[in-house]
Amino acid sequence: MARKVTGRHVVISTVGAWLAGFVIFFPILWMVLASFKTELEAFATPPSFLFFHWTTENYVTVQERSDYLHHALNSLIVAGGSTLIAMLIAIPAAWSMAFSPTKRTKDILLWMLSTKMMPPVGVLVPIYLIYKNMGLLDTRTGLVFILCLGNLPIVIWMLFTYFKEIPKDILEAARMDGATIGRELIYVLTPMAIPGLASTLLLNLILAWNEAFWTLNLSTLEAAPLTTFIASYSSPEGLFWARLSAASTLAIAPILIIGWFSQKQLVRGLTFGAVK
Amino acid sequence: MATRQTQLLARALMSPAVILLFIWMIVPLALTIYFSTLHYSLLDPGSESFVGLENFEYFLTDPAFLASLQNTLVLVGSVLLLTIGLGIPLAILLDQPVIGRNFIRLMVIAPFFVMPTVSALVWKNLLMHPVSGLFAWIATSLGLTPIDWFTDAPLLAVIFIVAWQWLPFATLILLTALQSLDEEQKEAAEMDGASALSRFIYLTVPHLARPITVVILIETIFLLTVFAEIFVTTGGGPGLQTTNIAFLVYSQALIQFDVGTASAGGLVAVVIANIVAFFLVRIVGRNLEA
Repeated sequence: MARKVTGRHVVISTVGAWLAGFVIFFPILWMVLASFKTELEAFATPPSFLFFHWTTENYVTVQERSDYLHHALNSLIVAGGSTLIAMLIAIPAAWSMAFSPTKRTKDILLWMLSTKMMPPVGVLVPIYLIYKNMGLLDTRTGLVFILCLGNLPIVIWMLFTYFKEIPKDILEAARMDGATIGRELIYVLTPMAIPGLASTLLLNLILAWNEAFWTLNLSTLEAAPLTTFIASYSSPEGLFWARLSAASTLAIAPILIIGWFSQKQLVRGLTFGAVK
Repeated sequence: MATRQTQLLARALMSPAVILLFIWMIVPLALTIYFSTLHYSLLDPGSESFVGLENFEYFLTDPAFLASLQNTLVLVGSVLLLTIGLGIPLAILLDQPVIGRNFIRLMVIAPFFVMPTVSALVWKNLLMHPVSGLFAWIATSLGLTPIDWFTDAPLLAVIFIVAWQWLPFATLILLTALQSLDEEQKEAAEMDGASALSRFIYLTVPHLARPITVVILIETIFLLTVFAEIFVTTGGGPGLQTTNIAFLVYSQALIQFDVGTASAGGLVAVVIANIVAFFLVRIVGRNLEA
């Protein structure tokens, strides 16, 4: 840091950056505040920013009237399940592509990526009909399955870019020492791959948790994760802002925290390693 | 040196993923193609008959198609413009010596983690409501007439919501790219007497060209399929004002139950996305070799 930085420069950019950050974050803050208001105050003009009667009754109502926990559990099972299964399928594939690449590896990887680019509406009709015939509509199994397939290319890609960074010399050293592939995998690769595995897991958990095309179209009530549950607040009759805010705050809180932890990995993950 | 055995093992390890993705890519798409040639309505089961390309003709000449194609393009284009146009200055600002940068980063990145249904409903109700929304209150306080967003400018409202969700993505990528810009290069230019403006034009802009391309391509893929934000706020209306291709196909399939036309529309969406994907794969693929 040899560049000269003047005090004024720091003050101006600090004020500007805080202002910009606050404006961008404001809708979330406003929602959280509204979740602690009464319905009347949430609706009031002029709005009260901090000096209102703080209450947690909305959180209680959300659980009592609409069984929030049921939907949260659905979200957890659907997002967690689909991500874990995708990881199980993707780890061996990414491992073999990173460490035993063939001439076709690159084509296979690009082909996998291209499946992600198919717009979901392109296959909405057949998936819906297949699900209807197989009784998979509004089931968690059905959602796990579709989200797993949808995210599989991203999982493979992320893991591949991480695995590729593990130095191959280490593997060769292990092989020279007579390690079998199984041992190599467990004792040499796994420890080195854990950071990459963790960030892949977190990022895909976020993507699956927030996925709102298949969940909206394939679930209604029983298997509805939070995305679908929140969408049920869109009907004009059932509009309670404070309740909507409370349910929304609960729905995004866990993922916001996970997201903040994994933000450093977000860029390379979502750009398939094109920007690091 | 990979032996023949490890080669075989490698293939075996790869096969579950390859087979699954292959099925996932081929089966539904083949079914979509098949359905697109049928007269097939869920309201009238058993009446399926082969109609050739009639569904495509119907879908492509339907005024709703042109309207939704236009909405799709306006939506994608405007959100790209907004996120990149605001993302560049924001990234540059965050690249400055700023007190509390990590905390600001958290605030800026947050909207990206909010599920689409939540951001759409919070914006629609708490912010954009014509009477009790915060924007209405701000407008009234300034002596202006509040805008009834979802009646008078529904597409613009959807654009703002989606842009808010994607601004963090663009900013974060551009910021990451800026931070990888060689500090020494900047210093050298500064010592040679280059002004801040010319440093920006000759150093920063060329350096950002690549990340901007990446942002455009990745955002486009996701923006072409914007669905939940429209589903919970406008339902495609009023009229067709906020119906994009994705929503049009959805409504033909699951509201009108017209499987044939919806399938034809789905294929049109696939073709549009593939044109974009073609470029993205080329760019990312080039990066693979490096």
